[in-house]
Amino acid sequence: MERPTALDLYRVMRRIRDFEERATVLFGEGKLWGTIHSYAGEEGIAAGVCAHLRDDDWITSTHRGHGHCIAKGADLGRMYAELLGRETGYCRGRGGSMHIADTSKGNLGANGIVGGGIPIATGAALTAKQLGTDQVAVSFFGDGAANQGAFHESANLASIWKLPVIYVCENNQYAESLPVKNAFAIDDISSRAGGYGMPGVRVNGRDVRAVYDAAGELIARARRGEGPAFLVADTYRHEGHYYGDPRKYQSKDEIEGWKTRFDPLVDTRAWITEAKLATAAELDAIDAEVIEEAKRAVAWAEAGPPASPISLPGDVYASY
Amino acid sequence: MTGATREMFYNEALGEALRLEMERDERVIVLGEDIAEHGGAFQVTAGLLDKFGPTRIRQTPISELGIVGAAVGAALTGLRPVVELMYVDFSGLAMDQLVNQAAQNRFMFGGQARVPMVMRTQGGSGRGNAAQHSKSLEAWFTHVAGLKVVMPSTPADAKGLLTSAIRDDDPVIFLEHKLLYRTKGQVPSGEYLVPLGKADVKRAGTDLTIVTWSREVLFSLEAAGKLAADGIEAEVIDLRSLVPLDRDAVLASVRRTHRLLVVHEAIKRGGYGGEIAAIVAEEAFDDLDAPPRRLAGLETPIPYAQHLEKTVVPQVDDIVRVAKELVA
Repeated sequence: MERPTALDLYRVMRRIRDFEERATVLFGEGKLWGTIHSYAGEEGIAAGVCAHLRDDDWITSTHRGHGHCIAKGADLGRMYAELLGRETGYCRGRGGSMHIADTSKGNLGANGIVGGGIPIATGAALTAKQLGTDQVAVSFFGDGAANQGAFHESANLASIWKLPVIYVCENNQYAESLPVKNAFAIDDISSRAGGYGMPGVRVNGRDVRAVYDAAGELIARARRGEGPAFLVADTYRHEGHYYGDPRKYQSKDEIEGWKTRFDPLVDTRAWITEAKLATAAELDAIDAEVIEEAKRAVAWAEAGPPASPISLPGDVYASY
Repeated sequence: MTGATREMFYNEALGEALRLEMERDERVIVLGEDIAEHGGAFQVTAGLLDKFGPTRIRQTPISELGIVGAAVGAALTGLRPVVELMYVDFSGLAMDQLVNQAAQNRFMFGGQARVPMVMRTQGGSGRGNAAQHSKSLEAWFTHVAGLKVVMPSTPADAKGLLTSAIRDDDPVIFLEHKLLYRTKGQVPSGEYLVPLGKADVKRAGTDLTIVTWSREVLFSLEAAGKLAADGIEAEVIDLRSLVPLDRDAVLASVRRTHRLLVVHEAIKRGGYGGEIAAIVAEEAFDDLDAPPRRLAGLETPIPYAQHLEKTVVPQVDDIVRVAKELVA
């Protein structure tokens, strides 16, 4: 891997980790409410996949969507402003964490419904096919969503119509509190791809290089008009299902073990320095830049006006 | 109506609207089951495959959630999809995409998105299709902020409203009635639009206002004829679109006739008739000479046997009877 690509991936991953940590602090300070779902531990997937996407490619995301949003190029200030309920937020305070969208960058939204984005990404890919462009759509979802009918129906539609869509399943080991071993009768979720007649690839989601390489091939293939694909990345969420989750379904040993054993940021730093693509000091400098950028973003967000009152019917309907 | 018209069946009028809009705008595509060679379960898309080919008349597997969701995604990214869902009873399979996604995307995303899609489907009883193929579910959709709900009763309205629905930038639930497809009427030729949110006075009258929609419009008009023979002049207002609702048309009529009867096929409990009666009670109470009445379906699934089916939804004689009670 070339140095600029490696450093870009690292920067995006660091940005995501920092965002999740900072959002957690803001929540603890009582500045956010509702619920947030941390993507910490899964950064390599969003970074590795979105590195291949253009601004006019589409993604659909999940309730655990901050990472996809950042990797697709969102403005951090507008993301924080949304969490803080400001008019300057991406959704003008109407959506919150679970609904952040950035249509200018092709992000068709986080989604509070497990599996809700999968048919939508499929439809976006239909648009590309219909209009004869080389755009692609990527749907991110978790292991939980892989058991929704929405996935099965969409994968079949995409395959019979050869749509340029990549289904990216982030297997973070739990659907809310349900361990994958109790939710699947198969060991390899990617083996389902065969049932739809599309390639299925399984990668180690902690290795951003593996994600990057696999996604690159599948996205290029879709862009060439060769149809959909299913990418499963094994990963682990460092936090609970949501901020404040008591995690009664996990042992302390498991949590601590995974956190230390499975940290894509630690891994990425290690291989970048071992391959002599950058020094530790250079990576530290990126970390410092990310922190400064984030502080500016939060300050900008906090200075923004509160979300304006609901305006009817215009907030709900384009015309009425 | 001015200009050239042609007598057409309701399903032909819908097909003509689709054809004209597909000719006008290449972003309009149709998705659904059996819509290609078969021409749709009710022959609305007959002939469109030959004209537009399989990429724009996209016949789908039986995957209601997937189809409607694909339409949502396509609408978000620049197409104007029209989904044909064979029976409204199947909409439960697609409800997440309609209610959580299509309806709310604009609002949830702070105005960044629009979802210009139409879901055409049909409902209603009267053909022996029994409980899972005969419901009238418009109230489900009227309860969801972000959806528009349209229910044409005549071939001309079917054409004009479908054209407007396709050009609308919001998701529109377009509810046809299975027993209207083979009704005939004069339909304007060429481009024809009926705006969403405008009711139509299908018959003028002075003694009571009947507010109704879909097939019950035809029943209400027939009942109004019988009432006239007895010296009672009923005004029949066809709402045509339930959301947006033409409140002004309803209130203006009630203020003249001082009596309201709402007639619909859907079951009475939780039905949209309650909304109409409540609006009139809230805003025109002092104009009323009698309590508002609702005549609607019984709280039952639709039965199969021919002699039973008619007993659970309002018939012409029921409308005559209740109207007479109301003006007595």
